[in-house]
Amino acid sequence: MKARYLVPVAILAALLVFLGIGLSRDPREIPSPLIGKPAPSFTLPGLNGQPPQMTEQNLHGRPLLVNFFASWCQGCQVEHPLLLQLSQQGVEIVGMDYKDTDADGAAWLARHGNPYRAVIADAKGSAGLDWGVYGVPETYVLDASGTIVFKQIGPVTEEVWRDKIAPLLGVRR
Amino acid sequence: MIPELGHYALILALGVAMLQVILPIYGWRSRDAAALAAGPTAALTQGALVALAYFCLTWSFVHNDFSVLYVASNSHSELPLMYRITAVWGAHEGSILLWLLMLSGWSCAVVLAGRRLPADILGLVSAVLGLIGVGFLLFLLITSNPFARLVPAAAEGRDLNPLLQDPGMAIHPPMLYMGYVGFSVAFAFSIAALLTGRLDSAWMRWTRPWTTLAWTFLTMGITLGSWWAYNELGWGGWWFWDPVENASFMPWLVGTALIHSLAVTEKRGLLKSWTVLLAILAFALSLLGTFLVRSGVLVSVHAFASDPARGIFILAFLAIMVGGALGLYAWRGPKLVAEGELPFWSREFLLLLNNIFLVVAAAAVLAGTLSPIIAESFNYKMSVGPPFFGTVFPMFVVPLLALVAFASVISWKRGRWDEAARRMRIPAFNAVLALALPWLLEHRGTIVACAGATLAVWVIGATLVEPIRRIRAKAGIPRAIAGMTLAHLGLGVWALGVAFVSSFSVERDVRLAKGASASLGGYEFTLNDVQRESGPNYDGDRGSVSVRRNGASIAELAPEKRLYHSQGQVQTESAVDHNLRRDLYVSLGEAVGDQGEWTLRLYYKPMMRMVWLGGVLMFLGGLLAATDRRYRLAAARHPAPADALTA
Amino acid sequence: MRTAIALFLVAIGAAHAADLSADQDARYQALIQELRCLVCQNQSIAESNAPLAADLRDQVSAQIIAGKSDDEILDYLTARYGDFVRYRPPLNSRTFLLWFSPGLLLIAGLAIAWRVARRRADVAAAPAVDQSKVQELLRRVEEHKS
Repeated sequence: MKARYLVPVAILAALLVFLGIGLSRDPREIPSPLIGKPAPSFTLPGLNGQPPQMTEQNLHGRPLLVNFFASWCQGCQVEHPLLLQLSQQGVEIVGMDYKDTDADGAAWLARHGNPYRAVIADAKGSAGLDWGVYGVPETYVLDASGTIVFKQIGPVTEEVWRDKIAPLLGVRR
Repeated sequence: MIPELGHYALILALGVAMLQVILPIYGWRSRDAAALAAGPTAALTQGALVALAYFCLTWSFVHNDFSVLYVASNSHSELPLMYRITAVWGAHEGSILLWLLMLSGWSCAVVLAGRRLPADILGLVSAVLGLIGVGFLLFLLITSNPFARLVPAAAEGRDLNPLLQDPGMAIHPPMLYMGYVGFSVAFAFSIAALLTGRLDSAWMRWTRPWTTLAWTFLTMGITLGSWWAYNELGWGGWWFWDPVENASFMPWLVGTALIHSLAVTEKRGLLKSWTVLLAILAFALSLLGTFLVRSGVLVSVHAFASDPARGIFILAFLAIMVGGALGLYAWRGPKLVAEGELPFWSREFLLLLNNIFLVVAAAAVLAGTLSPIIAESFNYKMSVGPPFFGTVFPMFVVPLLALVAFASVISWKRGRWDEAARRMRIPAFNAVLALALPWLLEHRGTIVACAGATLAVWVIGATLVEPIRRIRAKAGIPRAIAGMTLAHLGLGVWALGVAFVSSFSVERDVRLAKGASASLGGYEFTLNDVQRESGPNYDGDRGSVSVRRNGASIAELAPEKRLYHSQGQVQTESAVDHNLRRDLYVSLGEAVGDQGEWTLRLYYKPMMRMVWLGGVLMFLGGLLAATDRRYRLAAARHPAPADALTA
Repeated sequence: MRTAIALFLVAIGAAHAADLSADQDARYQALIQELRCLVCQNQSIAESNAPLAADLRDQVSAQIIAGKSDDEILDYLTARYGDFVRYRPPLNSRTFLLWFSPGLLLIAGLAIAWRVARRRADVAAAPAVDQSKVQELLRRVEEHKS
């Protein structure tokens, strides 16, 4: 008789725990289902046709970062100085110019600096769709076999680089 | 100066509210009548102070005091006066102050009308209401001060969100809060019942109209929200199962169960611990709704600007109030003893079944709403939306509709089912005929439409059996029965509307040049012209659309697209031609091409008005039931002492 | 904010209305209600006027025309964005509790109702009373009630 009167308060306790945990999470962040899977295939030209064609094969063989950016993207400007710094330290970053024209993308890189070993022009966003991009900037970390091991949603910051990405690349910070 | 006065009034109110909690509890424990009586007095004082604070904030809005941050964020000097007044509750801080205003208003009403209640009950009720007030006042003063100053003062405000510049939207929050706050009165009485171990029919009868009134306002609040969304959002949608909508629907479901459970407890002295638990749950769900909307834990277009600090505060408040209440329930609930048997196939049993369906429905909505949050703790990201709720919810509505028909024909203690069957023959016959309604009205049928039509006609017909019998016997119809009849009719009408609108709505996106036409649902829509047009704080385009059927002119519609100056926000004002049978809805898109073409969205929505008519009928029914003669007389008389019959 | 103007949607919707047959359009309308706009505040891609939502609507439309089934289209998007993009939670080991709990709770509730009705009232047996006193009290109660 007494036990069933405790059920409501027990349910409340459980709910409070979950709601409390929920407060510490960001409901707008959508983790990627591609972690642990090979990078999706694509066939796209490089920016301004340099080189005329790039595929996912170009991303195999060594660990690297794939950074989706656009000239119209505010957050990209926030992370750009860090990307420039990393590229000078030898980190390979491949840029995906997402839903942008060649002219705008090239002009933006000329003005802000180009940290990318190569830039791929994803003018229609088709690669973005296949990679599960829903906003820019987003950065994927690939290992040597071309498998996605991490996705950063939003700008890459010092903490994210140091704590999450650098260890995956085997880079001593 | 005025804002500081308001701020100070709130601080004073906090002090008074604390006294309102401490003194009556002390008075109850040590049987000090003066301390007990201090509770109601404190409630009245707190009411005056909160009202003063609210007045100060309204003053700041009306006089465009943009040195107050909240006013600068939510108002504009060009904003029409009516909306400057309603902008007070347009965002988080002011809406909490409105909540507080209503809480103190209800508390004052309860202590004034309840002077004849036993002193310990009234004192404890004041204490609980005071505790809720303390929580909200602390919340307001610590995390959400509406009187915070903006230094230097802004030259102009950021304007009220255009979506809120609409009469329906303006009155929707006050209605909702009247409901939520009203349930806190039932909550307070339940705590008093648990603490004293008494739940006698005398003051059951006293609380019932208050709870019914709270439910009535909540019904209207939800109905208004749905009607507003339909007209303002341009999608022809009237319910999205959005977390914030669910946050108001769950207390409504439990509140409906509560008012029915109160009937059983008042009449037969049964289901006492059920009633107490339902009152706690209704209030708990109201608080949970407040948490969901303001903490940032869920994504919703309705959510206020979120702040985890606020979320933590509300969660702690929830834990203390509801955890305390449910803990008290676990400890003292067994003391609330039934005064008899609950037999099968009686009205009591039907009402118990009714409550089971309503509470489980609320639990299902809660599960769907909270699952994404719970799943996130386990690192699984998911969404739960209309497809889930639309599949699960009918599971509860269908049996409820089937059972509600028996409400007035099965009597208390022992239902005479042979008698009932005889009286239900005609409604049953009509219900079977109603299977043909979809074909008659829309020339086609779906399972949902047939089921909805049958159940709706079943409910409507069966609900009218008892009133017709009374009219024929020249017996009067007491307000309580009239209220119940109207409310149940409203439910049937609502079900009919939902069934038809879900099954037979059609929409079309078209692109028309001036003078061109498109057809939909047998109607012809012609775009005559689109003109530029301006209002006090917006500029826009206004289309002129003629609707014809078989050559005869049906309506002239004027859909608009407005750009509000201040926040640069674009908004549709859709144009609707409506009658009970169908809505014709036109939404203006944009100019396309270079030949003066415009895109438009056209909708044909049968029985759309029935959905809100149902809500209105339930609202009217609730009002009637709450003002029944026996409550007003009982209030005037000395309530019967608890043990009159067993002395 | 759910700004009401479907600038993109209505324009694109108008374009699509030309491309899809009636059956295909019905499937299209149903599918875009099932899919969530990832950058919006709880809207389906049908309601949203965000560019990403427009892209996803194009994808759905293109795949319908290409002959894919509803399930294939949903799986395509789920593979890229996860279960979050579906408003109808898929039935799997993590969601079966959500899908089954309403039904299970209902059965449990009905069982409780059954037990409550069967349970005898926990009322102490009344002592023998003077019937005339009882009648008198009842009479007075009736007077009060009217």
